[in-house]
Amino acid sequence: MSKEEIIQPQNLVYQKPRLMNDNPMHYCPGCSHGVVHKLVAEVIDEMGMTDHTVGISPVGCAVFAYNYLDIDWQEAAHGRAPALATAIKRLWPDRLVFTYQGDGDLACIGTAETIHALNRGEHITIIFINNAIYGMTGGQMAPTTLMGQKTSTCPYGRQADLHGFPLHITDIAATLEGTCYVTRQSVHTVAAIRKAKAAIRKAFENSMAGKGSNLVEIVSTCSSGWKLTPAEANQWMAEHMFPYYPLGDLKDI
Amino acid sequence: MKGAVVIDTERCKGCNLCAVACPLNLLELTPHVNLKGYRYVAQLNPDACNGCASCAIVCPDACITVYRTRTE
Repeated sequence: MSKEEIIQPQNLVYQKPRLMNDNPMHYCPGCSHGVVHKLVAEVIDEMGMTDHTVGISPVGCAVFAYNYLDIDWQEAAHGRAPALATAIKRLWPDRLVFTYQGDGDLACIGTAETIHALNRGEHITIIFINNAIYGMTGGQMAPTTLMGQKTSTCPYGRQADLHGFPLHITDIAATLEGTCYVTRQSVHTVAAIRKAKAAIRKAFENSMAGKGSNLVEIVSTCSSGWKLTPAEANQWMAEHMFPYYPLGDLKDI
Repeated sequence: MKGAVVIDTERCKGCNLCAVACPLNLLELTPHVNLKGYRYVAQLNPDACNGCASCAIVCPDACITVYRTRTE
């Protein structure tokens, strides 16, 4: 059977998500953001919520997320995405409202907004991309940077006496009464990507069912910031990030 | 099972994650570059592809479309 005979519409098994447009993404080669964008697009499309979704894009690498997914978006000031999501969800309760934030945005400048929005039990989903570094601004140390990890602002590695300890904000979120689903996933393998998609779907469904706030952390790579190839970055993440940030559901009620 | 992939080589950034994910090792970066200057991937032996879609699922830039059919 020739390739032309196989390439028929009835044989299609995977294609670019319908909600993802043709704009080339600005992310570095191999960046986890692209995979998570695809998952968000697929889940929204499968839920039939295309016209009833509002995404909040952050400041950080995902600042241009609104260029790539054809849904309604709102840009937030640095770290303030959960506050904006709160307002939109309260004014428009029938909308699926989610924020898409990195670790510098969510776990540093926006810690207060994040914790209070989750603690109030706002019916929103926060997608948290944790790559242990400030990617967009040049690989500086973030609150989630691992002990001993070298970044452009801690070139000798993170030290407890000088820089403090990594912030486990997802574990903090799991202790809050307002959250209903808190999970930590990854997108480095096909199996992990399938699990992450199921987690995003569950979080979106919970927020539409009014169960409480949802936090989906995706442990991600930053191959440019870590100065590794994309494949090496995935390996480094599995070896060094997962012991600090173990995958799995932290809270599911 | 027989599969076929179509790669959008202009969208590809040559991250090579698809080649790592392919269980049959059928994808490889070519020496050629696209308009953006990235080396892009191509399928070495298209006849061996079983259409498992692993490459497309891990592709961060959604460059790969996968087709699959059952052969008797």
